[in-house]
Amino acid sequence: MSILVLAEHDNQQLKPVTLNTLAAAQQLKGDITLLVAGHQCASVAEQAAKVSGVKQVLVADAEAYAHHLAENVSDLLVDLAEPFTHILAASTTTGKNILPRAAALLGVNPLTDVSGVESSHRFKRAIYAGNAIATVEIDEPKVVMTVRGTAFDPVAAEGGSAEITSVSAVFENADIRFSHEALAESDRPELTAASIVVSGGRGLGNGENFELLYQVADKLGAAVGASRAAVDAGYVPNDMQVGQTGKMVAPELYIAVGISGAIQHLAGMKDSKVIVAINKDEEAPIFQVADYGLVADLFDAVPELQNSL
Amino acid sequence: MKILVAVKRVIDYNVKVRVKADGTDVDLANVKMALNPFCEIAVEEAVRLKEQGKATEIVVVSIGQKSCEEQLRTALALGADRAIRVDVESTPDALTIARLLAKVAEEEQPGLVLLGKQSIDSDNNQTGQMLAALMKRPQATFASEVQIEGEALTVTREVDGGLQTLTLNLPAVVTTDLRLNEPRYASLPNIMKAKKKPLEVKSAADLGISVTNKVKLVSVAPPAERSAGIKVGSVAELVDKLRNEAKVIA
Repeated sequence: MSILVLAEHDNQQLKPVTLNTLAAAQQLKGDITLLVAGHQCASVAEQAAKVSGVKQVLVADAEAYAHHLAENVSDLLVDLAEPFTHILAASTTTGKNILPRAAALLGVNPLTDVSGVESSHRFKRAIYAGNAIATVEIDEPKVVMTVRGTAFDPVAAEGGSAEITSVSAVFENADIRFSHEALAESDRPELTAASIVVSGGRGLGNGENFELLYQVADKLGAAVGASRAAVDAGYVPNDMQVGQTGKMVAPELYIAVGISGAIQHLAGMKDSKVIVAINKDEEAPIFQVADYGLVADLFDAVPELQNSL
Repeated sequence: MKILVAVKRVIDYNVKVRVKADGTDVDLANVKMALNPFCEIAVEEAVRLKEQGKATEIVVVSIGQKSCEEQLRTALALGADRAIRVDVESTPDALTIARLLAKVAEEEQPGLVLLGKQSIDSDNNQTGQMLAALMKRPQATFASEVQIEGEALTVTREVDGGLQTLTLNLPAVVTTDLRLNEPRYASLPNIMKAKKKPLEVKSAADLGISVTNKVKLVSVAPPAERSAGIKVGSVAELVDKLRNEAKVIA
């Protein structure tokens, strides 16, 4: 096996989810090459070279790759694909945007959001919002797949000493341009990598009340998430959504506040180690998956929780 | 400009999914089926673009057996002008689907192709990206805002870090996210009118594509069940349990 992993990064930092993707790659048992495609991303390449278990780091540093546009990065992947049996990326909005395009260009079927490696061509993945787990066998000369980060424990970020090779090929599609972005800035940990997540739902009533959760989160060093209902209602931005169509999280501790527990929300958090639910409706489905349930008005319970931490 | 919208028939999102006792698949017998919610958003967006005068014709396409004509009629009732069903006897894999859609696009020459970002059955999130690759056209996935000015398409995308805005030259492929729009309900007169709108059936062979399935479903199992834990009586008890029993906070 020879595995190419597309690194997830912001041109400054290697994103932790790359370490989970590499853990899936290690289960395939082969030489692992990590591709860093970006712009002015030398520091990412250095971090990548230190990751445990990486044999080689390829760096494609060009303006065309600055925003990880699928058109440009998939052409690059196709150009580099020849020696590899497997091409992996994290199942993030970046990975899911790029890999299926690369797969189609290579003439193979991709696999999305793989959560278990059974063999080189047999994998597990969730279907129907996590209500069923499928085992699939893929009959393709190259396996191109995205990996659910929370399903694999990360490899060590240190301990490796891979060789860094630069790739000169630049692909720039003239039919698409990056215009601008509005990225959430936060000092709190990233939702998918945090060990504690505090999430709020429609029970919070409005965006201002999320302040209650931010205060608890800051005492715990936690990330803050939200249910789809809270995002749809405009309380908080989309990047906070946990669930089937939002982010998958599996922290050590997940605290659901004012969240009823719709199936699509549970799909995004039920692999958390310990789940706490605070809800005034004791019939709320969230209590069926919670290790510790507190039936209480969140506007009383959350400030009290903050004071007792 | 013509808009092509690809749609899929899936289990209704309100139905509780059950795995068959023999573990071969989920049980779809006598289950309510519907238009995939993300596809419905794609149809709605096409209709809005037509209402704005940006599009002149909306063609919906679905790949499947005769039963999916029900969902094509739903799309016609929402405002699409005509429908195409590509008939397949066996279940095609994702690459075959993308090839069939690319062939339809080649025949129809749309200025814009709209798809849902994923279907709620297989949860794949890949068809739009693959179709864009085969059409050699740019793509904007996870769209939360779509604007057309002349030949330029501006799309705001919901990405993990926030929002990203791209400018694309048409023709292009866009996949829709949840917050792009709220689909309308089809009115009774429109449901009646939809029955008379043209629905053409083509076979995969007509399109010159052989149907393959390179991704074999080996087995399907229910997920590991989480059992409900305990109810605590107070915040103090909760904090004590988290500290001393679960040991997840300091």
